[in-house]
Parts: sequence; C-alpha cells; structure tokens
Amino acid sequence: MDSVRSDHTPATRGGAAEPRWRGGPAAAVKILVAGGFGAGKTTLVGSVSEIRPLRTEEELSEQGRPVDDTSGVETKRTTTVAMDFGRIDLQPGLALYLFGTPGQDRFWFVWDELARGALGAVVIADTRRLADCFPSVDFFERRGIPFVVAVNCFDGAERFEVEEVRDALDLDPGIPVLLCDARLREDGKEVLVALVEHAAAGRHRAATARA
Amino acid sequence: MAESKVATDGPGVPAGREVPDGPELPPGAQESARAEQADPGEGPEVDLFRPRAQAEERWFDDEAGPVVRLYSMTGGRTRPVEEGLFDLISLITAARPGPDSGGVPAHGLTPEHQAILTWCRHEPLSVAELGSFTDLPVSVVRVLLGDLYDADLISVTRPVPLAELPDERLLRDVINGLRAL
Repeated sequence: MDSVRSDHTPATRGGAAEPRWRGGPAAAVKILVAGGFGAGKTTLVGSVSEIRPLRTEEELSEQGRPVDDTSGVETKRTTTVAMDFGRIDLQPGLALYLFGTPGQDRFWFVWDELARGALGAVVIADTRRLADCFPSVDFFERRGIPFVVAVNCFDGAERFEVEEVRDALDLDPGIPVLLCDARLREDGKEVLVALVEHAAAGRHRAATARA
Repeated sequence: MAESKVATDGPGVPAGREVPDGPELPPGAQESARAEQADPGEGPEVDLFRPRAQAEERWFDDEAGPVVRLYSMTGGRTRPVEEGLFDLISLITAARPGPDSGGVPAHGLTPEHQAILTWCRHEPLSVAELGSFTDLPVSVVRVLLGDLYDADLISVTRPVPLAELPDERLLRDVINGLRAL
C-alpha cells in the first residue's frame, strides 16, 4: 500500500464527516438537483448535505458531439464532466444521494444516466434568468420523472409569486412550485420533502389507476 | 516503476508498445504518458495515437492476458463488464479482508484497485463516493470495479428499481428521514 497516495487513504476519509450510523447504507436512493448555471444547485445540495466533487470522463456520445465533428475521425474524444453530490443518512441502512446535474447542454448524455432510477428531481429557478431552467423542466417532463420547481429567492432579486413562475414555465398544475432560500437547510429540507411527497402521490395515483 | 511489458498482439499487428505500469501518474497524465510511448523506430504500421480503437480489440483478446493489467489504469477500456451494474448509487463492499491484511494476494491489483477495496472494506460506499474519495473519474472507477467484481473481491448492491417497489414504505422512510434532519 505504500505507493498509494495519501489522499486515497481512508484514515482521513478525505475530510468527510463520519456517517451518522455505523454499518453504512444497505439501500440508496437518489434525487437530482437541476437548474441553470448559478441558480443555486450546489448551494442547495450543500445546505442539506456535505458536498463532494465528482468527475467522470466520458467518450463524447452522439448527443455530446458537436454536429460538425468527428465523422470519419478515428480518435475517440473524451470529455471531463464535473458535478457535485452529497449524501444524507436518512436512517440506519438508508442513504439519500443528491446529484447536482452538470450545467452545459452538451452533457445531456450524463443526465440520462443520472436520471435512471432517480426518485425525482428539484429544478432550481432563478427568477432573474427564468428561461435557464426550461431545458431541465423539459427533460424531466419528457421522461416522466417527478419534479418540483424551487424558486431560489436571491437577495435583491425581484420577488415573484408562485403562480407567476408556474405560468412563465407553463407548468402542469400538479407540479409543486416552492419559494426557497437555497442557503438555508430548513428550506432545502422542505423542498426535498415536497418532492418526495409529490413522487409518492404520483405513485399512489398510478397504483389507484391500475387497480 | 521499472516494470514494463511489451504486449504481443493479434495477427497482422506488429509488436505493441512499452508502457509503464504507472499508478503514480495522476489520471490526467496517463493520456500523455501513453502518447509519449510512440517510438519512431517501431515502423510505420504502429500509429500510437490511432490505435486506441484497435487497442480495445486487442486487449480484449484472450491472448492479451494479464498484459492488460500493466498497460495503464484501465488498459484503455472505458466500460466495465456489465452495463448498469455500477450505477452511481450502487453500493460496493469489499468482499473479504483487503490485500494488506494478508487475505488476498496483492499481485495483479494496482494501487487504485487496492485503494477502492480499502475504502469500502468496513462499510458499503456508493460508486460516486468511491470516485470522489479516490479522486478518480467515475468512468475509471467503474472499470476498476469491474475487475474487482470479476475477481470476487467486492459485492455490489444495485439501487432498488423504483418501478418495482412493492409499496410506498421506502418513500415514507425518505420523507420521515428528511424531516428528522
């Protein structure tokens, strides 16, 4: 083990906090946190969990390729995608992982993988740049992934009513829209609870419809 | 690392390249190190920039054998054995005591393999956490996990497919857990 770099050594746990319970998770669920650049994704993940950086190196897939590129080119193109995640130990044996989605459009292919099996998503809206969250809303709507919109109330930003945001984003009436301050842990919790309740209600409706 | 191997290749492809067994290199440096292996004396058939695609075919060839281990951290592979096995929240546990506790021969395992095993020896960790804690790209971690899985050195718990949940108890647990934070 002597050639292992010191930052690989679990003794320090990379500065990570000790888990709330011994034994680690036996089950894990994930929630995505999406939204435009600077809308507060990292802030929200950080307010409810200890945030960690994560990167992956992916071959540029069809979706990730610039349209005018790579046909007939033999070399593979890889790109590094960076994102944030956090873990919340909900109860012994159950962990919730939050993933902040990478912002740029060319990373959509990473979203697909992130979204697979996700319990749902929080779309953070910045009212100064509301249009920035259109792609996220569209993504989750198309895939039938439960989501809520959390309007991050920045200091100094013009205050919007929930209904104004709903109209502007052309949201289905069933989609919860919440005002929050992404810096506040309580607000972050509230947004996540609203999402999971929304997801549970959707499952319940689906189950009732099948019965 | 003085150790290096010359790969023998399949028919039609001349002798491969000398590649350092380079776990001391940061992941980003692997690429350039590999590129630097271009030896002009090897003849025109071997283009060391082009063959990444070819390399995959060759390394996956049975005859390539253990040479793959020494080639680089992932041997040019970009995908683990089984698609979907290593979801970002798949939980990984070292199946047995790690290499430095004497239970498992350490040869064949790179320091990166060993670091992963050490991290998840005491309790399960997600693929995402292993990537973050080892400071390796998740894509690389997945390939390394595939090796460990093939060698029966780890156990994997895939995330519960939400569509198959028998009831909403899990969602209730999540809500209650969040409220109690």
